[in-house]
Amino acid sequence: MAEYLIRNGFVFDPVSGVNGDRKDIAVKDGKIVESVSPSAKVFDAAGKTVMAGAVEIHAHIAGPKVNEGRNYRPEDKLFNAASGVGGMRTTGGFSIPTTFKTGYNYAKMGYTTAIEAAMPPLYARHVHEEIRDTPIIDEGALPVFGNNWFVLEYLKNRELENTAAYISWLLRASKGYGVKVVNPGGTEAWGWGLNCLTVNDPVPYFDITPAQIVRGLIEANEYLGLPHSMHIHANNLGNPGNYTTTLDTFRLAEGFKANNRFGREQTMHHTHVQFHSYGGDTWGNFESKSDEIIDYVNTHPNLTIDTGNVTLDETTTMTADGPFEHHLTELNHLKWANVDVELETAAGIVPYVYSPDIKVCAIQWAIGLELGLLAKDPMRCFITTDHPNAGPFTRYPRIIKWLMSKEAREERLNTFKHAEKVIGATLLHGIDREITFYELAQMTRAGPAKALGLKDVYGGLAPGMEADIAVYDINPESPFTPDQLEEAFSAAALVIKTGLPVVENGVVINNGNKRTLWVDAKVNENPQVMRDVEEKFLKYYSVTLNNYEVQGHHYIPNPYAIQVDATQ
Amino acid sequence: METVTLTIKKAPTLYLEAEIISPDGLAGKTADQIRALPVHMGNEEFTLGEFFDLAGAPGATAEETKVVVTGDLSRVKYLGMKMSGGEMVIESDADMYVGAWMSGGTLTAKGNVDSFAGIGMKGGLLEINGNAGNYTGSAYRGDWRGMQGGKIHVKGNVRSDTGYFMNGGEIVIDGDADVHVGTHAEGGKIVIKGNAKSRLGGQMVEGTIILLGTVDVMMPGFKYVRDEEVDVDGKNMLMSLYVGDLGERHRKRKGEPIYGKLYIRKAAPAAAESREVRLARAREARKARFASPEETASA
Ligand SMILES: [Zn+2]
Repeated sequence: MAEYLIRNGFVFDPVSGVNGDRKDIAVKDGKIVESVSPSAKVFDAAGKTVMAGAVEIHAHIAGPKVNEGRNYRPEDKLFNAASGVGGMRTTGGFSIPTTFKTGYNYAKMGYTTAIEAAMPPLYARHVHEEIRDTPIIDEGALPVFGNNWFVLEYLKNRELENTAAYISWLLRASKGYGVKVVNPGGTEAWGWGLNCLTVNDPVPYFDITPAQIVRGLIEANEYLGLPHSMHIHANNLGNPGNYTTTLDTFRLAEGFKANNRFGREQTMHHTHVQFHSYGGDTWGNFESKSDEIIDYVNTHPNLTIDTGNVTLDETTTMTADGPFEHHLTELNHLKWANVDVELETAAGIVPYVYSPDIKVCAIQWAIGLELGLLAKDPMRCFITTDHPNAGPFTRYPRIIKWLMSKEAREERLNTFKHAEKVIGATLLHGIDREITFYELAQMTRAGPAKALGLKDVYGGLAPGMEADIAVYDINPESPFTPDQLEEAFSAAALVIKTGLPVVENGVVINNGNKRTLWVDAKVNENPQVMRDVEEKFLKYYSVTLNNYEVQGHHYIPNPYAIQVDATQ
Repeated sequence: METVTLTIKKAPTLYLEAEIISPDGLAGKTADQIRALPVHMGNEEFTLGEFFDLAGAPGATAEETKVVVTGDLSRVKYLGMKMSGGEMVIESDADMYVGAWMSGGTLTAKGNVDSFAGIGMKGGLLEINGNAGNYTGSAYRGDWRGMQGGKIHVKGNVRSDTGYFMNGGEIVIDGDADVHVGTHAEGGKIVIKGNAKSRLGGQMVEGTIILLGTVDVMMPGFKYVRDEEVDVDGKNMLMSLYVGDLGERHRKRKGEPIYGKLYIRKAAPAAAESREVRLARAREARKARFASPEETASA
């Protein structure tokens, strides 16, 4: 296989502790190596910034709800469809791009790995068909467990081993990567027209609380020793005053120890924390509580978070938090899609316009940035937009600009229609910190890779790691404007994915060789769980087991299975 | 104002997409530049010059440009799309999306136009001398932001879904309208001088519909409020005001809900009669269907 040498760039790699030194990065056979032969192809990166390929820890980019978003929002493609050039495919869509555009756009920004954040197991085949059709980036998907009838029953009866065996079975059946929890218990309650807004609200019929579900799933996750921690979207998302529910949720992870062979240290990943950091008790006195939230995060190393930055765009919200989407359509009166996924989960979709002229939207924007700026450990706070919920992932370069430039975010803050009120309800104006290139590499590369249990594979430039590399046309040692920063991160000068150049001068040049990540967790034989699975399929499911499992090469032509052994 | 005339010389085998033909698209360009502009057919790109002969010249800006398009344009789409100023005349029938998303200027279509004329319109005047198709002055598929401003005047009839998700501006139809007028409207005004069919103002939240002719079937979500004099083309007409759609949410002003307004011209005798005649005919037909052979014989 080919050899490459990326010569003389300013390298930022937290994994090997390199902070802006001028260095060469050598690539051979898809991996980073110490050195290459003189015949290696050379890329001149002088005056440019070099980082590992970025890792997306939480985005909704494949599967039935993303596709229903595309389906019921043809206007999202209005005036932005483009026909394919060369080996590239036709693309379209802004907040819910086509699978091809999703792959191309991530690659253009230097992202090389992404996690689909909510896979309904019953529709796992659909998720994997879309993942297969998303070029270039390696992807995994997190099946949702927090409202699953098996889990609710096992946890109610305190059956840890059965919970773990079921998780192991479902990860294999759905080719999933880890344990996702969305509004624990609340989405099941939504089937009864109810919700769980605190960690102690009982789930109807099952008579279990969100707290029991979360603690039970953390315990099962660590029992199995999965690469990623339990990954949660807590109860009470999006409501004024919800920060107390978030703190209650954080506390549920106390007392657990991370148990895995992947170097992961946290036992809870809390996603899109921006949506969970709200004070006040009405939209009128709505305010930021990011300080209280981040104080807890800063002092509790068992926790990682991602931000969920509002980008101030028109977008499409979609979540397995069914009751929240109903709440949202009652607020903005825009079209609502809703589905119940049998024994497993639900989902809702509503378009949303985050307008800079609306006070609440501007406060949400500030909160997302505050979280990134107040987090003391960039290895535990990652940049996301909860794509497409708080905005499309294609706005990462803009968020980077706001995080790295006080000037840029002050300009935005001071030109809001209700600037004064927004400043009064947030902390952002008083924060001077500017994220450095090194910290950015922690927040977007090394950090999320480690939280996913992939620290030896992705997110770094140490020899032996995957040759996923992004080169940006920005010189960290000469002056640049905030907009130049955004431009540079929007279209990488060079992206190499698994040793193959896929982007050059901001243009996608190769469809790559994408892989699907999943976790094969072995447990001791568990006849009871297998009997329960068979019985529930006979009794309740609308499909048979044979039509449920995601089998081999059709759905996953290029698998990257991570082995976990929990048989001891 | 300078005039540039485009005459179609070759019938497109499929449909030609020519959104570039507008005062904005042609202004400030030389004849050679205009001939080289892109048009699309199927998945292929062609030049404007391959399909059109060119005479005259455009002005420097859209405002100073008049575009005249002639010949058989029945297979040409997007004429005058997004025009922001100046003048454009389509001398014959045209296909879909005439004047779509236009924001200014005057666009006159002398023949019939197909569906989606003036969708997403923000300003200007779109005049259609013939009939218009479905979704005239509506929102793009899926969008909730339909016509925002400007005026559409259709001298003939319109097919279904006129003013779907209308938010502002005015649509005047001299002839008849097919089903679904002003569906989901949240503003704007639609005047139908001929007759309407059914689902007039269905799911309307705000806005006004004025009907001078008859309506086949009224929406159940509208209730009669009172009679009012309404000014139509400078003439005061006595109309019945209905408000609705009662099944929708309505914002309130000073505690009172704001409804969509549907004015129907009061007691047009011909209309009343035709409705009576129709109902009588329906009753007869129903009777005949259920009548026994003996009764038929004895009758
Ligand atoms: Zn999410």
